[in-house]
Formats: sequence, structure tokens, C-alpha cells
Amino acid sequence: MRIKVANQARCIGCFSCMMACARTYYKTVSLKNSAIDIQTSGGIESAYVAVVCHACIEPPCARVCPTDALIKRKGGGVVFHEDLCTGCEQCIDACLVGAIHMDVDRKAIVCKHCGICISFCPHDVLEMRKIDGMDDVNAKISCDEVK
Amino acid sequence: MSNTNSSIGLANVLYIDLTNETSKVVERQDLIDTYLGGTGVATMLMHEEFKEGTDALAPESPIVFSIGPLSGIFPCCTKVVAMFRSPLTGEFGESHAGGRLAMAMRFAGCSSVVITGRAKRPVYITIHNNEIAFKDASSIWGLSSTTDIGKILRNVEPNIGKRSIIRIGSAGENGVRYASVNVDTYRHFGRLGLGAVFGSKNLKAIEISGDGEIEVPDINVYSKIYKEIFTNIVETDLMEKYHNLGTTENILPLNELSGLPTRNLQQTFFEYAETISGENFADNYLVRKISCANCPIGCIHIAMLKTSFGHSHEYEVRHISYDYELVYALGTNLGVLTPEGVLELIDRCEQYGVDIISVGVVLGWATEMSMQKKFTNEETKGVSLKWGDVKNYLLAIDLIIESPNEFYSALAKGVVFASKKYGGEDFAIHAGGLEIPGYHTGVGNLIGLSVGVRHSHLDNGGYSIDQKAFKGDLSDEDIVDTLIFEDDIRGALTSITICLFARGIYTYGTIIEALAAVGIERSEEELVKLGKDIFMKKYELKRKFGFSLDDVTFPSRFFETASTNGMIDEARVQNMLSMYKKKRWGAGGE
Repeated sequence: MRIKVANQARCIGCFSCMMACARTYYKTVSLKNSAIDIQTSGGIESAYVAVVCHACIEPPCARVCPTDALIKRKGGGVVFHEDLCTGCEQCIDACLVGAIHMDVDRKAIVCKHCGICISFCPHDVLEMRKIDGMDDVNAKISCDEVK
Repeated sequence: MSNTNSSIGLANVLYIDLTNETSKVVERQDLIDTYLGGTGVATMLMHEEFKEGTDALAPESPIVFSIGPLSGIFPCCTKVVAMFRSPLTGEFGESHAGGRLAMAMRFAGCSSVVITGRAKRPVYITIHNNEIAFKDASSIWGLSSTTDIGKILRNVEPNIGKRSIIRIGSAGENGVRYASVNVDTYRHFGRLGLGAVFGSKNLKAIEISGDGEIEVPDINVYSKIYKEIFTNIVETDLMEKYHNLGTTENILPLNELSGLPTRNLQQTFFEYAETISGENFADNYLVRKISCANCPIGCIHIAMLKTSFGHSHEYEVRHISYDYELVYALGTNLGVLTPEGVLELIDRCEQYGVDIISVGVVLGWATEMSMQKKFTNEETKGVSLKWGDVKNYLLAIDLIIESPNEFYSALAKGVVFASKKYGGEDFAIHAGGLEIPGYHTGVGNLIGLSVGVRHSHLDNGGYSIDQKAFKGDLSDEDIVDTLIFEDDIRGALTSITICLFARGIYTYGTIIEALAAVGIERSEEELVKLGKDIFMKKYELKRKFGFSLDDVTFPSRFFETASTNGMIDEARVQNMLSMYKKKRWGAGGE
């Protein structure tokens, strides 16, 4: 399974997805620790843009990672091994969509495609797509935990 | 949530002195412990900061902004309370705004901001986490569009976290007494003239952002309650009204009930209500809905106004937010028949940064005066107003903002000032000196507006009590009791800075649970008492500003035009006012 920004124009900019992501993985209230980022393309009067991992089949972030903290995942996207991350930021530069940023401990914040953000999207901007052969490595930390 | 387990300050007050361009942060857990936040904390800070006798536009006059204990943490706790002395009424000034400001303040780590002094030249303030800077705003002073101010600041300021940009337009710079402060383009501190207070301080804008992080006592409990509230908002029909048509949903029902002020309250129904109804706006003009940060409702309705210019299919397209009060003020109250006309007028006011309800009422009064030939051509600079004449209304708005002569300067001081000077006080429709919102529903509304601390329909929702009275039997005493009940509960809600649209979601039970999830224990009785205490503290402030309920007068227009509940009898209103005073303060009065 992977997240797909299916209906971008429906976004109302409520940040509920970001709150959910940060709450689930960092156990705190914040926006900065979210793997998905809702941006504007020129202020609130312009369209919103959801920036989130595209689950590349050949992820450049994994290719440039010098410590194998990011490993290519079967079917698309990456598996992140936090303990190996040195905060070198090469993945940030490699990701054209800008889907990776660092947390306060200089560890990469990378989307796991768990779908927690989707369960808090009031407008169906985001969808879960089934990908044949993709390992749902993080499915155990699914939306059910907070539902 | 005590200091021990919170990673950013949840009780920090940021004091800013514009005269000396200095700032300091003081932790005020004492205030939060007693008054929670929002309107409660702001009231107490105002008590501390306001020195009796200070003019609204004097440098020493303070501005207070406060968020609440759930801001940025739970859905729909999106409001920021602003408090100041109103340059329009000279009296208690309080206005609430949504947008992203509450969340930006939360994650920047300041729960209140107090601003005093006057900068030596136009400045804007940036607050990034705990870094405060005063920057030259000379090059954006005088710019004719509040939207552009936002665009410019967005480009020159680095983006740390999600930010909010609040700014004034020409109206605030020029001291129009009902100038507003624009919040993130589509929201406002609209009423009572905060924009003029900004202008008097040479304060053009504040940009605030932060990337803080908050630890709650138990993440599982917090997540569970968050999810319950969120689900209640998006999966029940409790918020449908606000999400679907928005507040303009009220145009047709209030028109049907004869409660919709029309042509300066000469009547309470509008023959063309259908064409400027929420339904027509939604079907044919609505292009987008957006939300405040951390609110999944999406109640901000954006219409597209497409106008042609030139001969070769040239179009300009503007996106303009609209809601009920705006359609009343610049639509029915001015007899404007078309959505295009209403949107044109809204947009003009938005760009200048001026309170649209006040503009609509001032222009409504001026139209009646103008049609009775009470003004000279020299005074009006040739702009003769008549109902529905959008072109001349646009010119009049330009002239009010510019204030090139004594006449337009008077209009820029509000309908009370202008009618004292030029006459027509009987149809200067205000309550407590504030131009009225879009309701003429009966005694509940009239008394609610008079006794409400900020003379706003949101103080106690009198218009809604009248609609209940219309449907069923409510005695005068019932109405007074309900007003008191609403005054108090809304004091509690706005201390927690819950958006009043979400009051159906945040029952006492939910509030208590949500507060507990951030480590604050409160019972229903305590919350009710808090609301009442805050009301009383605000009346203490009002007295400092020179207000007394005994001085309240009503323009006779209120008693000459039938309301939803028929003609209103002035003697009955006076009786109910006495009853209100007695119930509030006992036999001795205020």
C-alpha cells in the first residue's frame, strides 16, 4: 500500500493529516515532525500542495544514502532504519519532490505509507493505493492504533 | 500540562514595546491557572496594562492577543482573542480571529502577546520561535492592498514552520476608526477598530511562526479524544451548516422571518434576497472552501468574481471570501441586488482593511441622508448615494478611507459620530456605539447587543433566542435568563478559544475531557463560574472606559421597523434591561 495525493484541489489546508502523522510517530503535538507537509504555492489565496513521498520504484534517496539507513522497498518507497541515519541530508538533496526533512535529532523524517494521514483527511485529498508486491513493512503501526 | 513536561512555553506572555523596540517573555502560569487563556487571560492582562484615561490611539494604549489551552492541540480551537480600547466606541474593544494565527502563536511558544508604545517609523514585527525582530515597513506603508502586503512579507521572510501574517491596510494607516486587521488574507480582527490602533502605533504587520513541539501527559488518551472530536466534526451533520453553504445559509430564512435588515433597516426583508442568497452564491460563485489551521470544517467560503475589461475577452479574476454578515452589510442593507455587486464592495473593503459591517451601516445611514438631500455636493465631493448603486458606493468607500475633507473624516469615525454631526441619529443603527450586525429579530437581539461586552451578536446570540421565541413561548424573563446563560458560557468557550461555530461539538463533557488531556482539571460548575467571573471582570474594564448600561440609548428606527417578532416596544426593552441589570448585579445595579 502507498499514499497517493489523488485529489489535490480538494485540500482545505486544515493540517489534520500533519497533526496525525506527528502524533503517531513522535507522540507529541507538532507540525514539524510530520512526513507529509501541506504547503501553499504562494500564500493562502493560492492552491495547496501536499508534499509527501511518491514511493519511487527506484528511490534516489536510498541510492545516495551512505549508511544504508534508507533501503529500497519492494514495490516502491523506502524502509528507514533510524539508528543508521547520520543526518547527512544527502537524501534531502536527492528527493526532487522535497518529501524528506530532518527532525530535531537530525534524523530523517520519511513517510512509511501507513495511511494514518488519510484517516484524518476530511476531503479525500489522499488515498491509499494497493501496489502489487509491495511490502507493507509498517502496516503494524497502522491507523488502527489510534482509531 | 505543567512546565515540566512541555517542551515549549504554554504560559508565556510576550511583551513588546514598540517605542524602544524591545521585548521580553514572562511566564504567567498564574493567569493560565485561573483564567485558562483567550478572553479570560486577555481581560486580566488588559486590567494590568491599561492605565485609566489612556486614549485608544495613544502610544501607551495596549493591544493584547491571547490563545487558549487547547489552541493548536485540538480541532476547531482556532481563535485568537484581541483586546484593546476601541477607537470607534472609546470603550471596550475585543475581536476574535481565526486563520493560522492561533497555531502560529502556539508553536512559536507564546500564549499571549502584549504590545504597547509607538514605533518611530512604520515597522513590522517578526516572531520566529523566541526571536523577535523589528523591521522597517516604510516601503509597504501606503500600499493599497492588504493581499499584497501578505505576498510581499511571505517572500522576504524565511519560512520556519507554518506562519501567520496579520496586517493592516490603508484604513488602519489613516486611522479609520473601524479599520480591521487582516489575518492570513481571509480572516480578520474585524470589529471595533483594532486596525486603527495598529496604525496609531506605526505597526503595519506581524509575522509569526514557530516549530515547537508539545508533550501531552498521555499521548494515547490525547489521540483517542482527538479522534472522537474529529470524527464528530466530519462524520456527523453537526457542522454541516458551516461547511455547506456557510453562514449565508441564513439569508433566506431570516428574510422569510422578516429579520434581515434591509436599506438601513427601513424594512426587514429584501425583495431580491434570492439572488444574493447563500444558495445562489454557492451554486454559481463559490469556487473553494478553506479552513483555519487545525480545523477540518472548511467554512471559509471563497467566491470567484470574474469581470471583463477591454474588448477581446479580457478578464480579471478575483477570489473573495464572503459570509452572512458581509452579504447583509453590503447587500441587503444597501439594496445591492447582485452577487457581483456585493463581491465588488467586499473586495474593496478587504483591500483597504476595514470592518465591513461598519462600512455597510455607515453607508446605509449616508444613503438615507443623501436621498433626503442633507449633504452638500461639496461635502460629498459629488458622490450621491442611492440604494443599490454599487459604483457610487465604491467611490464613497475610497473617499472614507482617504478622508480628504471634514465630511468623509466624520464618516470614518463611525455612524454615531457622523449622525451627531450631520443629523439622522434616529436611523443611525448602532448598539453601544457599534454598527449593528445583520439581525432585527426582536428584543433578545436588541438587549443582547446592548448588554454584550463588545456589543456583538456573538456575545450572547440574542438573534438566535428571538428565533426560538418566534417558534415557541418564551417569557421576557426567559429571554433575559438565556442571554445571561449565553454570555457566561461563551466567556468560558472563548477563554479556551474554541471557535463558536464548533460550540455544538464542544459540550461541557467534551471540553472537560479535552482539558484533562492537556493536564487541566475543570468541572462544569467551575467552567460556568469562570464564564461569569470573566463577564464581571470585563464590565469592570468597561466602567474604566466610561461605559454604563444606564447610558444606553436606542435609535428610534429599531422601534419603527417590524422585527421577526413584530414591532418592538421600547418600554418593554427598558423593562427587560432593568431586569437584566437586577439579575446581574442585584438591586444596586451595575
